Amino acid sequence: MPTIFIDGQELQVKDGENVLEACLNAGLDLPYFCWHPAMGSIGSCRQCALVQYQNEDDSRGRIIMGCMTPVTEGARFSLQGDKAKEFREAVVESLMLNHPHDCPVCAEGGECHLQDMTVMVGHSQRRYTGQKNTYRNQYLGPLIHHEMNRCITCYRCERYYKDYAGGKDLGAQASHDHLYFGRHEEGVLESEFSGNLVEVCPTGVFTDKPFLKQYSRKWDLQSAPSICTGCAVGCNIAPGERYGKLKRVHNRYNHEVNGYFLCDRGRFGSGYVNSDARLDYAGIKKPDDSFMAVHQQQALETAAGWIKGKKVAAIGSPRASLEANYLLREMVGAKNFAAGFSDTEAPLMSAVALILKTTKAQIPSIKKIEAADAILVLGEDVTNTAPRVALALRQSVRNKSFELAAQMGLPQWQDAAVRNLAQDQRSPMIIVSAMDTKLDDVASECISLAPDQIADLTVAIVAALANQASGNNEQANQIAQILQSAKNPLIVTGSSMLNLGIIDGAVAIAEALCTDDTSAMLSVCVPESNSIGAALLRSGSDDAIGLTLSDLVNNAPDVLLVMENDLERRLSPDEMHKLMGKGTKVISMDMLENPTLGASDMVLPAASYAESQGSLVNMEGRAQRYFPVFEPTAERLPSWQWLLKLGAITGHKALSKLNHFDEVVAACANSQAEFTDLARAAPDNSFRDRGLKIPRQTHRYSGRTAMNAGVSVHEPQQPHDTESPLAYSMEGLNRDQPSSLTPFVWSPGWNSNQALQKFQAEVDGPLKGGTAGQHLVVSSTMGYTAISSLSKGASQQVKSTAVKMQPHQWQLVPVHRVHGSDELSVNTDEIAELAGCAFVALGAVVAEKLAVTDGDGVVLGCGDTQLSLEVKVLRRVAKNCVGYSAGYKETLALQPATLVTLTKDAKWQRREPQLIASDRTIPDPIILDPNIAKGGSAHV
Amino acid sequence: MLSELRTMWEVLKHTFTGADTVQYPEEMPYLAPRYRGRIVLTRDPDGEERCVACNLCAAVCPVDCIALQKDTREDGTWYPEFFRINFSRCIMCGMCEEACPTYAIQLTPDFEMCEYDRQNMVYEKEHLLINGVGKYPDYNFYRVSGMQTATKDKGEARNEARPIDTKSLLP
Repeated sequence: MPTIFIDGQELQVKDGENVLEACLNAGLDLPYFCWHPAMGSIGSCRQCALVQYQNEDDSRGRIIMGCMTPVTEGARFSLQGDKAKEFREAVVESLMLNHPHDCPVCAEGGECHLQDMTVMVGHSQRRYTGQKNTYRNQYLGPLIHHEMNRCITCYRCERYYKDYAGGKDLGAQASHDHLYFGRHEEGVLESEFSGNLVEVCPTGVFTDKPFLKQYSRKWDLQSAPSICTGCAVGCNIAPGERYGKLKRVHNRYNHEVNGYFLCDRGRFGSGYVNSDARLDYAGIKKPDDSFMAVHQQQALETAAGWIKGKKVAAIGSPRASLEANYLLREMVGAKNFAAGFSDTEAPLMSAVALILKTTKAQIPSIKKIEAADAILVLGEDVTNTAPRVALALRQSVRNKSFELAAQMGLPQWQDAAVRNLAQDQRSPMIIVSAMDTKLDDVASECISLAPDQIADLTVAIVAALANQASGNNEQANQIAQILQSAKNPLIVTGSSMLNLGIIDGAVAIAEALCTDDTSAMLSVCVPESNSIGAALLRSGSDDAIGLTLSDLVNNAPDVLLVMENDLERRLSPDEMHKLMGKGTKVISMDMLENPTLGASDMVLPAASYAESQGSLVNMEGRAQRYFPVFEPTAERLPSWQWLLKLGAITGHKALSKLNHFDEVVAACANSQAEFTDLARAAPDNSFRDRGLKIPRQTHRYSGRTAMNAGVSVHEPQQPHDTESPLAYSMEGLNRDQPSSLTPFVWSPGWNSNQALQKFQAEVDGPLKGGTAGQHLVVSSTMGYTAISSLSKGASQQVKSTAVKMQPHQWQLVPVHRVHGSDELSVNTDEIAELAGCAFVALGAVVAEKLAVTDGDGVVLGCGDTQLSLEVKVLRRVAKNCVGYSAGYKETLALQPATLVTLTKDAKWQRREPQLIASDRTIPDPIILDPNIAKGGSAHV
Repeated sequence: MLSELRTMWEVLKHTFTGADTVQYPEEMPYLAPRYRGRIVLTRDPDGEERCVACNLCAAVCPVDCIALQKDTREDGTWYPEFFRINFSRCIMCGMCEEACPTYAIQLTPDFEMCEYDRQNMVYEKEHLLINGVGKYPDYNFYRVSGMQTATKDKGEARNEARPIDTKSLLP
């Protein structure tokens, strides 16, 4: 550990870090702009200047950039010296020359790194009286607002978007003081990670557009630590609320999970929480099929009357919390409980749960994924099913460049130099998938195979790994060789193809790679935020496997409880009709109007993730707790509270003993060996820091005596949170608590999200309060025994049909989309706009054969059903395969691996090309004659 | 003993001094033109609301009696969807006026706001907004700000150069 001196103060610093990192680690405030802990240094902003002295006698010194200077033994620096201070102030002054007078109308104001740094260096008087440069803005889609005048040319956006996230459509243009960051022309940003520009940009060039529409300052937001429900990665988020509306979602740092970045589904996909389609009151269906709104108590009493003495079954949900699912299972008994997976999905989820429990391979966190040096992706379009994992995979292919850099003695943070050195050399990543994936551009090899063939390939790879290869499969041998020569091989697979063979094969490969001293990594993507939790609950009960949905369809109970599950997405219309038929009383609780609620006899309004608390088990088996950001309005209640109330009113033996969330957690933890550590996911309600709960509001939270004064001048008491260690208050400290309770980051002088470094134990390291979350599932490392080897039925069936394929038939393959495939986020206007309509994905050859191009229509024939869908032409598609948009309403009825026919839809009307900004910024012309449509089919 | 007598003397002396109290409301006290009383929201010289809903007044308010919500007009400018002051809490400290970057909030010498019903002390935007510029006749924030509005293109604000043509190679 070298020793350096800063202003005479002796500092022990880490070998290989730079002076800026050393200063920040020592708690010193050294201003910076272009440096980012995840992206390293390029020294472009000249802000982190210090004076370095040759030796003790040197009194003149020279200005150096902290971020570009490695620490060396005995080096002497001055941070506070006049020369360094003057220099930093001059740099800010020059950055401010062209900065517009925008702060009052800038969405970054109050959490602006530029504001913070300007105050920090003491620049307060403008001397320049000349003209300011101005730029035209671009329309960048519904998510990101562009205001180029505010740019300080730090290059962070370009480095993040292109270098880190692999985007191709945003970059630096022009030169000298005409530098411009934008697209080559206006249009929607293509990257799924564009939202991070909002947090990466140190000023207000890129701001959150949906947030801008209902803007509140950062200090006015009431926040709570939460977990994203968009997919199974379990990114930590900090949603902010004001006036009863969820305003925005910001990243919440978790060293092992999401780090600094979120995907756009997670950041922008929570708009449904404010949707008009949210249920406010309980309702009982009247004979005319409309609902009568009733009070909570009345609904509960009616439900209790229905349930009493009847055969009751329940369907849980992979998107509801573990606690709520547990309570539902307790209420009806494990024998009558279905976890809520579709029949095709259920065996896959059982398999994944079993993998987590038994595999010899290592189940990596995202941080560990970034350390992989050879990657095999099997059947999964990770960017669309587990986006944050894909971002990590993009970093892991850079390990080759770090290796090269190490040989040259270059530190990793020398970003430009490392990238220059490596050029296009990357660690190997082999993608085996049916169609294009968004990671193809960084893959060393892309192989297009139908899902069953992927499963076959895995078998060949396993054989090649065991040296049993007869040499007939060159591809498999090659892949095996690449994986074997790697130090940290990683196999990524998932359930999105709904093919058990691929998952089993992936585990077999990973386990074959595990030797006594090395352990291969295996990452299995699952679809929903608590898929693993629900799968564990299902397989963990004593009554073996519980119910499947088809069991319930065939053997209808008297009363059916459905919790946060839209069964239309899991059942065919016939099955749905049969299940919800006249004989069964269906009680559903959910947030948004959906077909299941419409077909129910009673509906109960559930709270969203932002209004309730619970634990979600992510794809690596990590339980993470989310806390309510604000109190549910109207008569909404979190599902777990509905169930407790229902348990109390029916006099349920176990449930009526539980009153508080912590008791539910304790009961859940005791119910099953896997859940023993559940309570350790976050502190319980009794947690206090210096005698106080953790405040959800910042100390500057404004308007407390006026917010509700419009209704009544008599100020109501702040709501009491009796269930969590957080308070709906600004009293208390947000400083030393465990990280699972950090609602926002702020530190004196650091109002922007860069305050995070004050919460980190070291730069880019874990938080001071430890890493949030608790690994629930610890593998026995016994090795995984494939379920399919016990019952081969399902996969063989598909194979036999594949043989029978006719020349004009194609096999359906699900295609997932980050915007559109998810059930909840698509109820957000901006996400719905990006999702577009359902589609069929064709290869160029098939498209040519059918004489269609992008945007044309085809009729997809599948048995009796005929679907007219839009065509998307992809670059590579496996032979005899066509893709369909998975999770889209129009294509819910389609099943993977079914055989379909395709014909061109002659009557298809192409959608209007997407409007560009010039059309959007100018208000629509006022049309006097209402009979004249505004033009374009969208307006008709 | 001496001290007590002195005290009595001091008190009795005041029997012959004039009263400072005036017979308000019959007799009005003198108030300086910059006396800090009731708050108004002013308009810019073009007659538009000056308030851009930046929230600084709410943040600086020591009794947290200002609440507002930002909204955007069709021309791209910001304005408060609602702007509420709870005068039953207001201490007329004038910090909101000081914080206001657009001269929208101005304090007037009017302090006569007695109400029988405390609810009537809650003023919404329609109660606060006046048809005038107040103490600052010329200032219009959007003529200074770099933001583009329907009536002002990029580069048309004060001290702004024409927008840069990024495709040009000229210096």
